[in-house]
Amino acid sequence: MDAMTGLTTGIGTDKVTFYDTEISSRLLLGTAQYPSPAILAEAIRASGAEIVTVSLRRESGAAKAGQSFWQLIRDLGVKVLPNTAGCKTVKEAVTTAEMARELFGTPWVKLEVIGEDDTLQPDVFGLVEAARILSRDGFQVFPYTTEDLVVAEKLLSAGCEVLMPWGAPIGSGRGLNNPYGLRSMRAHFPGVPLVVDAGVGVPSHAAAAMELGYDAVLLNTAVAKAGDPVRMARAFAAAIAAGREAVLADPMEVRDMAAPSTPVMGRAFVGS
Amino acid sequence: MKIIVNGEPASTDAATLAELLAELELADAIVATAVNGDMVRAARRTATPIADGDRVEILAPMQGG
Repeated sequence: MDAMTGLTTGIGTDKVTFYDTEISSRLLLGTAQYPSPAILAEAIRASGAEIVTVSLRRESGAAKAGQSFWQLIRDLGVKVLPNTAGCKTVKEAVTTAEMARELFGTPWVKLEVIGEDDTLQPDVFGLVEAARILSRDGFQVFPYTTEDLVVAEKLLSAGCEVLMPWGAPIGSGRGLNNPYGLRSMRAHFPGVPLVVDAGVGVPSHAAAAMELGYDAVLLNTAVAKAGDPVRMARAFAAAIAAGREAVLADPMEVRDMAAPSTPVMGRAFVGS
Repeated sequence: MKIIVNGEPASTDAATLAELLAELELADAIVATAVNGDMVRAARRTATPIADGDRVEILAPMQGG
């Protein structure tokens, strides 16, 4: 435990399980948009993240950019969660997932089926269908979804054992647009690992997600596009640990009226 | 013959997907492949013929969120 903050109190023993894999860090970090590969690597280390998201893109013979990126990730020793970012149809998402499984050697897939360009909102109908196909094929699906409870139920029926509702549109940094919806989701699925994925802008957003009882937070742009990504990675790690500690500490009830925190007994000038 | 590689028109003499990768200097690269929208596993590349008009995708690990 860190004597100064106590923030790491729960970290050693308090783990989250994704498909039988125990994870200590509740921060999942994206790897895109960093100023340089060196800063990406340093930010991952500073975040303490054990899982990073990766993607697949067209490779050119001349550049071979993908090869050096993959080497960097492997050297860090983190687990990878490949995504199907940019896929708009079930067929595209399923094929991309299959290619990712071969390339990265993991059954994990962050399943994105995008339905709308302005909000990058998931096409939940395609998402459920793709999740069913992939789960049957042995994938362990992390679906990027909304806070819709009916969709969530169908994803679980399709074989998903993790749900990842959005906080706000991808890359928007708006935080938790619908705290009520996220709270309802947490209450409806107490035993399901829930990850807020997308829309987080500052560490307080991530802490709020954890205080709602979410198991983890997945973010990318908020760290990558910060002026100092390494420092921001550290800030998010602290906020997520703080939010988790707060949940375990059982927060006080909210009251409508003031209640003195300083003892009233023995107060001077009373009755004089 | 004329094919499409990663969305761009290309000319090739490669008879198989494996030969095409070698032509593109990607024989040893860590890539995943698809022909006409269907994935072709690495082990199947030498046995996968390339025909005129085929659409080939060659994907590599990349940064993602």
